[in-house]
Amino acid sequence: MTAFNSFAEGALTLEQWQHVEALARTLTPAQARWISGYFAGLDAGLLRGGAPAADIAAPAAAQGRTLTILYGTETGNSRDLAKALAAAAAERGLSPQIADMSDYKTRLLKDEQDLLVIVSTYGEGDPPQPAVGFFEFLEGKRAPKLEKVRFSVLALGDSTYEKYCEAGKRIDARLEELGATRIGGRVDCDIDYDDPAAAWSKAVVDRLAADLAQSATALPGIAVPSAIPTGAGTPAYDKKKPFGATVIENIAIVGRYSSKETRHIELDLAGSGLTYEPGDALGIAAVNDAAVVGQLLEATGLSADAEITVKGETIALAEALENRFEVAIASPRFLDQWAKLTGAAELEALRGEERAAERLLYLRNHHVVDIVRKFPLPGVDADSLLAGLRPLQPRLYSIASSLAAAPDEAHLTVAPVRYTLHGEPRSGVASSQLADRIEIGDTVPVYIQHNPHFGLPKTDAPIIMIGAGTGVAPYRGFLQEWEATGTEGRSWLFFGERNFRSDFLYQTEWQQWLKEGVLTRMDVAFSRDRGQPKTYVQHRMLQQAKDLYAWLEEGAHVYVCGDEKSMARDVHETLIQIVSEQGRVDRDTAEDYVRRLASDHRYQRDVY
Amino acid sequence: MTTDTHDVDRSTDLSQPLDRLGPDETLKYNSDYLRGSIDQGLLDRITGGVKFEDNKLMKFHGIYQQDDRDIRDERRRQKLEPAYTFMVRVRLPAGVCTPEQWLKIDALARAHGGDQIRLTTRQTFQFHWVVKEDLRPTIQGLHEVLLDTIAACGDDARTVMATANPEDSAVHAEVAVLSKQLSDHVIPRTRAYHEIWYGEQKVATSEEQEPLYGKTYLPRKFKIGFVVPPSNDIDVYSQDLGFIAVSGANGLEGFNVTIGGGMGRTDNEPRTYPRLGDVIGFIAKDRLLAAADAIISVQRDFGNRKERARARFKYTVDDKGVEWVKAEIERRMGAPFEPTRPFEFTSNGDVYGWQRTDNGRFNYTLFIENGRIIDRPGKPLLEAIRAIAHIHRGKFRLTPNQNLIVADVEAGDRAGIDAILAEHGLAENGRTSALRLNSMACVAMPTCPLAMAEAERYLPDLIGRLETLLAAHGLADEPITMRMTGCPNGCARPYVAEIAFTGRAPGKYNLYIGGGFHGERLNRLYRENIGEPAILEILGEMLGRYARERAAGEHFGDFVMRSGYFAEPA
Repeated sequence: MTAFNSFAEGALTLEQWQHVEALARTLTPAQARWISGYFAGLDAGLLRGGAPAADIAAPAAAQGRTLTILYGTETGNSRDLAKALAAAAAERGLSPQIADMSDYKTRLLKDEQDLLVIVSTYGEGDPPQPAVGFFEFLEGKRAPKLEKVRFSVLALGDSTYEKYCEAGKRIDARLEELGATRIGGRVDCDIDYDDPAAAWSKAVVDRLAADLAQSATALPGIAVPSAIPTGAGTPAYDKKKPFGATVIENIAIVGRYSSKETRHIELDLAGSGLTYEPGDALGIAAVNDAAVVGQLLEATGLSADAEITVKGETIALAEALENRFEVAIASPRFLDQWAKLTGAAELEALRGEERAAERLLYLRNHHVVDIVRKFPLPGVDADSLLAGLRPLQPRLYSIASSLAAAPDEAHLTVAPVRYTLHGEPRSGVASSQLADRIEIGDTVPVYIQHNPHFGLPKTDAPIIMIGAGTGVAPYRGFLQEWEATGTEGRSWLFFGERNFRSDFLYQTEWQQWLKEGVLTRMDVAFSRDRGQPKTYVQHRMLQQAKDLYAWLEEGAHVYVCGDEKSMARDVHETLIQIVSEQGRVDRDTAEDYVRRLASDHRYQRDVY
Repeated sequence: MTTDTHDVDRSTDLSQPLDRLGPDETLKYNSDYLRGSIDQGLLDRITGGVKFEDNKLMKFHGIYQQDDRDIRDERRRQKLEPAYTFMVRVRLPAGVCTPEQWLKIDALARAHGGDQIRLTTRQTFQFHWVVKEDLRPTIQGLHEVLLDTIAACGDDARTVMATANPEDSAVHAEVAVLSKQLSDHVIPRTRAYHEIWYGEQKVATSEEQEPLYGKTYLPRKFKIGFVVPPSNDIDVYSQDLGFIAVSGANGLEGFNVTIGGGMGRTDNEPRTYPRLGDVIGFIAKDRLLAAADAIISVQRDFGNRKERARARFKYTVDDKGVEWVKAEIERRMGAPFEPTRPFEFTSNGDVYGWQRTDNGRFNYTLFIENGRIIDRPGKPLLEAIRAIAHIHRGKFRLTPNQNLIVADVEAGDRAGIDAILAEHGLAENGRTSALRLNSMACVAMPTCPLAMAEAERYLPDLIGRLETLLAAHGLADEPITMRMTGCPNGCARPYVAEIAFTGRAPGKYNLYIGGGFHGERLNRLYRENIGEPAILEILGEMLGRYARERAAGEHFGDFVMRSGYFAEPA
């Protein structure tokens, strides 16, 4: 009844409505969705067929509900999906507004009507860094009642982590709590999100288009605002179609006796049409080490040549394992799958919701091959193995160069991840591929992952760059850019690593930039120099607290790049401490200050 | 400062305005008496090195920046600066130290100096591989045992040498005291060293800080040595200023003075050359400081400050004439030199093993190849000497040939020292070819910035090959002085050796032959730019002829000079 009333007047005849209502009572939610899609498809078919188009050819939305697509992203996946969704919606006559949670003016929230949310989850169940402010608002006391709002949430996540898709779950629950109405159930996507995301998009667009069709028939003749531009700016190469970049340099840039193996890699992008801004990342579609695949095949007893089907394509198992699946780190899904297949009590015991911590620890200490060796399953078939494996994901690296200084090139700073587990050497997929298995002249499939939340200021505001280890990479790009473009801003770099003599990444370049004035100041902290107290970047920040605060007061932008747990967290705390001490304010005020820096895009982090 | 009324060319000396002299003069003048920005440079964490100007000034503090040249190129590719470390040279007049001082040197070497000590050709300790942050701890550590590094390098009067002759103790002791007095007298007076390295407060003062040197110090380094004949171990003719001890019935009476010696030459610069000092007369021992002041001040006032390659005292002596220089010194001393007293040298080498001294005690001279004290498998030399230092009740003397004398040992303590040597695989020390025992090489690669070829790391191998030739000709026990340097500058005093090699390029050396066995004659360039095969062939032929044709007791250097190897006489 109310539903009928909410339709624009005259959308259906009463008789038609009674049929629909009678039918609706019998429908399961799945059937309802199907029927929604059916009618939407029918509508589209009618449009294409052109027959009854006279009424609908110029569909109107102005009198319909507003639609906002809100995304929260760390690496850009949610943004890309949001853009695709907006394009699909526009094609269907809807007029979506697209907004990044980091930019979104939260005061507009109370006036929203239809809200589609796409959000990824970061780390252990946290929202993406740039979206933290939005979450604080939404989950805080100042959030408005949203009774007029209809919504649906697409949650992106990674089942390798505990608290899978947690950010999306939190928004979904909170919107409901604030009185909003769900127009489609939340869909949670694992890292192989393409298919479920497309299904969700189609379902919500179909639903909204159907609503629009109703109102449109009632009020024709109002022009459609121009849709989100698509196509023109789309690069020829992207994540789905990476470009084969030629390796033109690949050398260790740590000196003798270093405890690290950090490498400098230069890739040739000529002919790709790929462009990036300093601060963007390069995605590398890495492949697994054949030796690791061999170990897994041996442990499972499966044949390398066994034919299997992946996404409709029949390939040899060894090839699939090498190129399509994560074969080293086991996900909770694999644990689940292997527990089911083997019935092993030890694995079963790790499955419960309340065992998350133990599960996490277990997965940290047991790769796929370790679990298979420990709980062998003679005669297991390839599909059962693959069902537990995650699709192989590209790896992202902050670009360490600027196109202005090195046209057609992207430089990377890569520290191979290596450790020993169960007496065997283990290594990171991409980092070890770049370090051990790629030589100058080889090609690597790459794409650009733009990072709108980590880039140079548009003005000549001072910049404070804080990075440890390979986290210094984007700053090399920043300074190359400033040098090449002759930008005359003040810059200050804090860099930390283990040993001065061997690990001072790009030392001669910083020295040169200091000499030329491209880099104004530099402070370094080395944590493992003999006879010196362990010193980290935050210690140097504290030593320079007065000047650092002065720079902040003068409008400096602060960048933090590197490891979250071992650096960024402490740096964040230190920033608050410096603001509190130097600004002589209490902790809450200092936190507000830092939060405001972030919301003003003056505090940007690229942490992992 | 005296006014000069003599008719000599003053166009390149201190009388000229700074801007007409070499850039180093301005640098010294503006350094605020050797301070520069050294203290700030030590705090700069972006580089392991120091600024160009500060490096020059730090030489006056006995320190200079080097880098590991073996990996210079590798580090450039790694986008890392060169692996800078510092060489720290101790000021050790006469090469004498106590066991307590030795133990501190040993501890500092292990803490900051790459687990090794280098004994230099000028009787002192050198630490290599000291990183910038370790400089202050190293120098403060030395200070704890009353050692310093003042003027161990730089344009000043260097650490003063003295014969280490193990057989003589009374004269040696007196000469050692005088060399310490002289060294203390001629080092810079500036408080910069105390401020920078010991952290002492700067005291404002209006009085002149350097009565001897002034603001621009000397034109170039100035080497001083005492020698006690018949040993010429310090190569007195290679010193800018040499004092040849003359003893009479009542012990030390005074010194014959030599001026204007020096080894260095510059490649492809014929106006530079090694030169033997001239003996200009005798002074009584109580005139020592007055004579040194006069001589140093002459070089200060007349030395060439326009061209560093021509700035050593030897060129001043040649340019002004030795008689003119002598007269100017006498004028400044206020007294003439007495006539030279007779003296005789027999050797510039060391005598190894136990020697009884004139006071009834014993000295043990330990052969240390090229002065490098380091623990090697089966031969833990650093450890051995540390053990000796723990029980030794006398002194240590460093010799000008880079060896070490355990001096003033009571007869009853000999066995203990022998036991330590045996325990550390050193029982056979000194029992090697006479050629090796009389050889010397400078540090060269990989730390010395001037080196063009290997020296210390290569000479032992080359000698190994020559020993085969020597044995074939029955010359294994024939002492022949052989010296190798990585460049033409002459730190190992190559130009007075009977056979010498100076580096030109990796694996390539100039071969010099014919120096006097006790340092009395310069050798001559025989072949340029040759590698090992040519060296072995040429020396093989010469040694063969020497074995067959030499007169009784004739030294190799004397033999080759009369045997037609040079078309014309020197």
